[in-house]
Amino acid sequence: MHDTRIHTPVAASEAQSKYLRLNLGPSHPATHGTLRIFVELDGEQIRDMKLEIGYLHRCFEKMAETHTWNQVIPFTDRLNYVSAMMNNVGYVMAVEKLLGIEVTKRCQRIRVIMAELSRVIDHLVCIGTNAVDVGALTCFWYFFRERENIYDLFEAACGARLTTSYTRVGGLYADLPDGWVEWCRKVIRNLPRTLEDVDGLLTENRIWIDRTRGVGQISKEQALEYAFTGPCLRAAGVPYDVRRAHPYYDYDKFSWNVVTETEGDTYARYLVRMREMRESLKIVEQALDDLPGGPVNVDDWAVVLPPKEAVYGSIEGLMAHFKLIMHGIKPPREEVYSFTEAANGELGFFIRSEGEGRPYRVRCRPPCFAIYQAFPDMCTGQTVSDAVAALGSLNIVAGELDR
Amino acid sequence: MQETATKLLENKLPALLSHFAGECVDATDFRGDLCVVVRPGRIRDVIAFLKASPELPFEILMDLFAMDYLKSKEPPPERFAVVYQLYSVSRGRRVRLKAYLPEARPEIDSIHDVYKAANWFEREAWDLFGVDFRGHPSLVRILCHNEFVGHALRKDYPADRYQRLRSVSPSSGI
Repeated sequence: MHDTRIHTPVAASEAQSKYLRLNLGPSHPATHGTLRIFVELDGEQIRDMKLEIGYLHRCFEKMAETHTWNQVIPFTDRLNYVSAMMNNVGYVMAVEKLLGIEVTKRCQRIRVIMAELSRVIDHLVCIGTNAVDVGALTCFWYFFRERENIYDLFEAACGARLTTSYTRVGGLYADLPDGWVEWCRKVIRNLPRTLEDVDGLLTENRIWIDRTRGVGQISKEQALEYAFTGPCLRAAGVPYDVRRAHPYYDYDKFSWNVVTETEGDTYARYLVRMREMRESLKIVEQALDDLPGGPVNVDDWAVVLPPKEAVYGSIEGLMAHFKLIMHGIKPPREEVYSFTEAANGELGFFIRSEGEGRPYRVRCRPPCFAIYQAFPDMCTGQTVSDAVAALGSLNIVAGELDR
Repeated sequence: MQETATKLLENKLPALLSHFAGECVDATDFRGDLCVVVRPGRIRDVIAFLKASPELPFEILMDLFAMDYLKSKEPPPERFAVVYQLYSVSRGRRVRLKAYLPEARPEIDSIHDVYKAANWFEREAWDLFGVDFRGHPSLVRILCHNEFVGHALRKDYPADRYQRLRSVSPSSGI
């Protein structure tokens, strides 16, 4: 008698009826953002996968062309909304490169602190939700408590938790409030304990290892082919980190390590992110110890608004204020590409200026876009539940993917 | 090519100059960004050469996108351009290649078989600028809806134009 439970291969002509086509998303709890995935299944195995993106396309690049240089900053919050600070920093760095100005040391240090805290948040969210996807809810709660604490720090500095818009071309929206540094030290002193807790829950957990080891694997060569950057590339064994390869804001002066693994699977990406958070905390600590005084904005009224006393008390201040508001910052007619190490990899901004108060073109190089393209290759031959585990570890953020 | 540009290339990227001198049109260095303008005709060969060149291999295609110079005050010879950002992980070096394409026929050879990353980047450049990549396996829209008319990032596409899109069927020919 024919046993229907036993899988028997069929001829190619029957292929159409044999394979099951399944649609995941765009609104699905396991896709974390509006991603649509079509899979063709042979039994439980994925034979083929097609991706459809663009559900969160908001014309970031087009809108940037119709706003002033500083008005683009709130749009950048919404790229990778899990770590908005880093997008703020990446964008203004590009404009500052175009202008040829260097921001003050204090501003640089604060940007480093904010960026590294954002990296920690981003990794917390990535690992937390990745664990939820495979059924481990506890880590998520542990991590989100710490995340709230860091959001409190952001709120104190700029008034917003998620969409921060903290940077300005040539400086920051505001200096840190009184007592912030001590508060920040307290928050980051608590963090390692949470990391250890989750380390204890996951790193040697039999179920977690079974669900992640060898899942969504990618080789070093393929990762380079697909233009991987960030933790996903480092998990495949390439020690490329913009902060080390092309240091900005004195990253070369801090003592920290570039974290790499060799396997390139979901487990390796988890390990890289866990260790990277510790490295980030090291950087934050050093930056807090070495936070110089002085202004946070450059002393250039063609870029930064003059202080209110100067606007109301001197004709030069009033004129500078008027010119900046009415005509805006005017970078030279040139093109630059500037890049930073964001939580998912190299976040690049290519900017063309026509010497006007608005950008002529802002091109954002989103790290997710390149990484997500490799997803079908990484999942073919595995099960749908493996694909879900792998997807969480790639940390695809639709805001950045679709722009 | 002007003498200063030749000197710059000799200095920064001699391999490209010695193998593809006829393809290079101009080279500039602004704030440390090396940008080489190349002819679009043999772009595949040029990029495949740079990827495999032994002394300075550019392993990563960091980015690929298009530009529209329609409203530029000092417009280059052609309206469109395709820009390639290459990065050499092993040497820590970058180069930006730019190929200008005419308004009447903005098309260039696809490099999807040189770098796998190019596939989606080229689809995006097609979607938003209408640049045609010859030989691309499935050049369909990627960010905009499949019923969308026009190319949104072109300078003559109004930023406030409204289009009503109805279908919910997948756009990418799946």
